Amino acid sequence: MHPALLAQALRQRRYVLGVWPWRAVLYLLTGVPLGAAVLVTLTLLAVAGGVLSVVLVGLPLLLVLALAGIPLAALERYRLRLVHPGPLPSAHRPPDEPGLSSWLRTRLQERSTWRELAYALFLGLLLWPVEALAVACVLLIPAGLVAVLPQMIAGGTGGARLLKLWTVESWPAAWALLVAGLLLLPPLAYPLGALAAGRAALTRRLLCPPDSGLAERVDELDRSRMRLVHAFEAERRRIERDLHDGAQQRLVALSMTLGLAGLERPAEPVAGLLAKARVQADEALTEIRELIRGIHPQVLTDRGLGAAVEDVADRSVVPVDVTLDVPDRLPEAVETAAYFAVCEALTNAARHSGASRVTVNGQCRDGELSVEVRDDGTGGADIDAGTGLQGVADRLSVVDGLLLVSSPPGGPTVFRLRVPCPPVRPRS
Amino acid sequence: MRVVLAEDGVLLREGLVGVLTRFGHEVVAAVGTAGELAAAVESYRPDIVVTDVRMPPGFTDEGLRAAVELRTGQPDLPVLVLSQYVQRSYAEDLLDSADGTAVGYLLKERIGHVEEFAAAVARVAAGDTVVDPEVVRQLIRHRRDPLARLTPREQEVLALMAEGRSNASIADALTVNEGTVSKHFGSILTKLDLSLSEETNRRVLAVLAYLRG
Repeated sequence: MHPALLAQALRQRRYVLGVWPWRAVLYLLTGVPLGAAVLVTLTLLAVAGGVLSVVLVGLPLLLVLALAGIPLAALERYRLRLVHPGPLPSAHRPPDEPGLSSWLRTRLQERSTWRELAYALFLGLLLWPVEALAVACVLLIPAGLVAVLPQMIAGGTGGARLLKLWTVESWPAAWALLVAGLLLLPPLAYPLGALAAGRAALTRRLLCPPDSGLAERVDELDRSRMRLVHAFEAERRRIERDLHDGAQQRLVALSMTLGLAGLERPAEPVAGLLAKARVQADEALTEIRELIRGIHPQVLTDRGLGAAVEDVADRSVVPVDVTLDVPDRLPEAVETAAYFAVCEALTNAARHSGASRVTVNGQCRDGELSVEVRDDGTGGADIDAGTGLQGVADRLSVVDGLLLVSSPPGGPTVFRLRVPCPPVRPRS
Repeated sequence: MRVVLAEDGVLLREGLVGVLTRFGHEVVAAVGTAGELAAAVESYRPDIVVTDVRMPPGFTDEGLRAAVELRTGQPDLPVLVLSQYVQRSYAEDLLDSADGTAVGYLLKERIGHVEEFAAAVARVAAGDTVVDPEVVRQLIRHRRDPLARLTPREQEVLALMAEGRSNASIADALTVNEGTVSKHFGSILTKLDLSLSEETNRRVLAVLAYLRG
C-alpha cells in the first residue's frame, strides 16, 4: 500500500528508495527561509509599530503584527501537504457578519489567532535556526565528501580541502570519499525523515484543530442514541405489560362476572342491560388486544422476526406471501427495527397502493439481513411525504441499517431494507 | 370434572375457578407458574388442564410450552390453552402436539361467554379440538385463493366447524335448521376438495390441516 503520511512511510522498507526522503528534505529546506522571513517581518513590524505608535500611525502596524500569525499558519498548513495528506482544516471560524470590522472582531477574540501568533514567534526565533542547523549537519557531511572530487578536477592536481579541515591530494582518496559520501546518503535519510515528521507533527498540533475529540463525540453520540432507543423500547414493553396485566385482566374478569350474572336469569330488563354491558366489555377487549399488539407484539419477543412477520401477514387485508430465511433469533434491536419496517411497508401497501398481492422476501447472508417487500399496486410512495417511512428509516439508521424505496408512478412499489446483522448470541 | 388451572393473574384465576365451579367442575389445583403446573398435573392427574400462555418466570410463552411438553409425555391429556393473543403459531404448536385431539386454543375474552367457555372445556375434555374463531378467520385470510370461493355464510360455517361444533350446534348458532348446515357442509367440502369422516374432531383436524397449507 502506498503510504499517505511521512510518519507511516518511515516505517516501510522501501522508504529510502521512494519519494519521501526528498519530500522531507524539501519540507525542511523551505522551512528555513520561511522562518528567516518571518523573523525579519515580525521584527520590522514590531519596531516600526512601536516607534510610530507615538504618533498613532503605528497602531495599525501593531494590529497587523497581532494578525501576522494567520497568513503564516495558512501557509504552514499548505506546506504540510508535502509530508501529510491534505487539506488540513483551519481552526478559525467564519465571522458572524460580513464586513472587515466583524472579521477583525472575530479574529481578535479567537484563541487560535493568538496561538498562531505564538507559533510565528516560535518559528522566527527558535524553530528555523534549529532546523537549519540540523539540516546542515546532516547534509553537509555527505555533501562535503562528494564535493572533494569536483574540487580536485576544478582545481587541477593541487588537492582539495575536505570540509575545510583536511587536505586530500590523491585521486584514489578523492574517489573513495565520493563513494563514501554517496553510501552515507541513504542512512541519513532516516534522521532527516524523522526530523521532518516531528516538525510536521508539531505544526499540526499547534495549527490544526484536534480531530480526535470529534471521533470520540461521534462515538458517544452513537452510544447515547442506542441508549435512547433501548429506553424507548423498554418503555413500550412496560406499557404493554401494564395494559396486559392490568386493564386487560380486569376487563376479562368483568366480562366473566357479567356472564355469570347472566346465568342467574334475572328479571327481563336487567338481562337486556347485562347483555349490552357484555357486548361493550367484548368490544373494549378487542380494542385493547389490538392496541397491545401495536405497542409491542408478544410473538416478536417469544419467537423472533420470522414468526412475527408471518403473524402480521396473516392479519393483513391484502394477501401476503412470506419467504423469510432468517435465523430464529437475531439481535433484539435488529429484530424490532426490521419488524416495524415490514409492518409499515405492509400498512402502506394495504392503505395506499391498491395492491392485490404482496410478497415479503428476506434472508440473512454475509452478516447482513435484507428484507424486500414488493407489491403489485399503483406505486407513488414517497419516503419524504409521510412520517411513517421517515420514522422507519430513522429507526433502521440506529442499527446502521438502510431503507430503500422504489415506487415509480404506476408501480410496483418495492421496499428494501438492509441491516448489518452480527452473529446472534443465545438469549435466555 | 377435575381441573388443574394455571394462570398467573390472581383476579383472573379466582374468576376462572368461580366459572368452572359454577358449571360443576372441581378445580383441584390453581397455580401461577409453568413449573407448578407440571408438578400439579403430576400429583393430581386431572381430567383437563386449563392454562394461560404467558407466565412467570420469563413472561413469554412458558404456559404454552409447558402444555406442549405435558402433551408429549401424556398424549391423551386434554389441554385448553387460553391466550391474550390470536397467534397462529401457538395454535399450530398445540395442534402438532400428540395428534391434535383433546386440545383447545381460545382467546381469553371468550371466557366472558361463560356458557360457550364451559362447553369448550367439556368438549376438549371429551377429546374434541377447539380453536378460536379468530384463529380460523386468520387462517382463512391466509389461504385466500381457494377460500375466496366460499360464500361469507360458508366461511362462517367453516369457522364454527373448526371450533369442533356439531351440525346441531352450528345450526343453533346461526339460527338456521340442521338441513341447511348440512347443505353448506356439502358445498364447502366440494369447494375445498376435502373428504371427511363423520367424526367431529377429525373433521376439524382435516379442515385445520388444510387451512394451514
